[in-house]
Amino acid sequence: MIDGLAAASIACALVAGAACLLQTWRDRAVGVGLLAAAGVVEAVLLAQVISAIVIVAGGSHADQPTNFVLYLVASVVALPVGVWWSLGDRSRWGSGVLGVAFLAVAIIVVRLGQVWENTGG
Amino acid sequence: MDETAQVKETANRGASPTAGGPGRILVTVYAIFAVAACSRSIVQISTEFGHARVAYLLSAFAAVVYVVATVALARPGTAWHRVAVAACATELAGVLAVGTASVVDSAAFPDQAVWSNYGSGYLFIPVILPIVGLTWLRRTAARARITDRPARESTNP
Repeated sequence: MIDGLAAASIACALVAGAACLLQTWRDRAVGVGLLAAAGVVEAVLLAQVISAIVIVAGGSHADQPTNFVLYLVASVVALPVGVWWSLGDRSRWGSGVLGVAFLAVAIIVVRLGQVWENTGG
Repeated sequence: MDETAQVKETANRGASPTAGGPGRILVTVYAIFAVAACSRSIVQISTEFGHARVAYLLSAFAAVVYVVATVALARPGTAWHRVAVAACATELAGVLAVGTASVVDSAAFPDQAVWSNYGSGYLFIPVILPIVGLTWLRRTAARARITDRPARESTNP
């Protein structure tokens, strides 16, 4: 696990999530800005998956391999599904949905680090 | 407007009233818990079932309840509404029972389950979620009754 990439994806997801909550509060639907933010966060998450594959291929392995793979898959699936579900409601609540998706991504990446280092159940 | 047109218009509006507006966030959180609880209990039961049977079986039951609640909240119709109420009520009863049992007899819960200690491992969301869910279902049911009334009166002679 590259700590820098994990920290970057958590930070990006939290900033984007805060922007979503702001848009919900301002009564704005999901717009180009939030979709672009989702794209950026997803790109960082994909980079993290590639780096994880390279590191595992290089001989290192996670302390909880099954959980690590599941969290890795969840980290890249969460945002596309979240964007799809948020676009079904063109009101402030769509922005709220996307905010929850970003928050979930941040939690998933934190758990990803824990199952790699074995610091949590 | 005759009754079929009324029905068609409701169908065109499409989405379930419980999955619209703030309800959409509720469905999102339920879906996250459904996926998380399902994958967690599949991993636990397939790899270390002997370790904590009671806790793992309860987690699996919780996972099923979350899946049912997510689907029922996302679907329109009175039948799904009833299913959603039942699922949320089961969830509330479950989290209170398991939460109390895990505090009273912690030896029976050597490993964390979703509902142990009232969901403290999950920011207490497991105990908050069914309360929010039941409140939301009451509100949408009340709103449905109000929008139904004029249509019914107009069909009477």
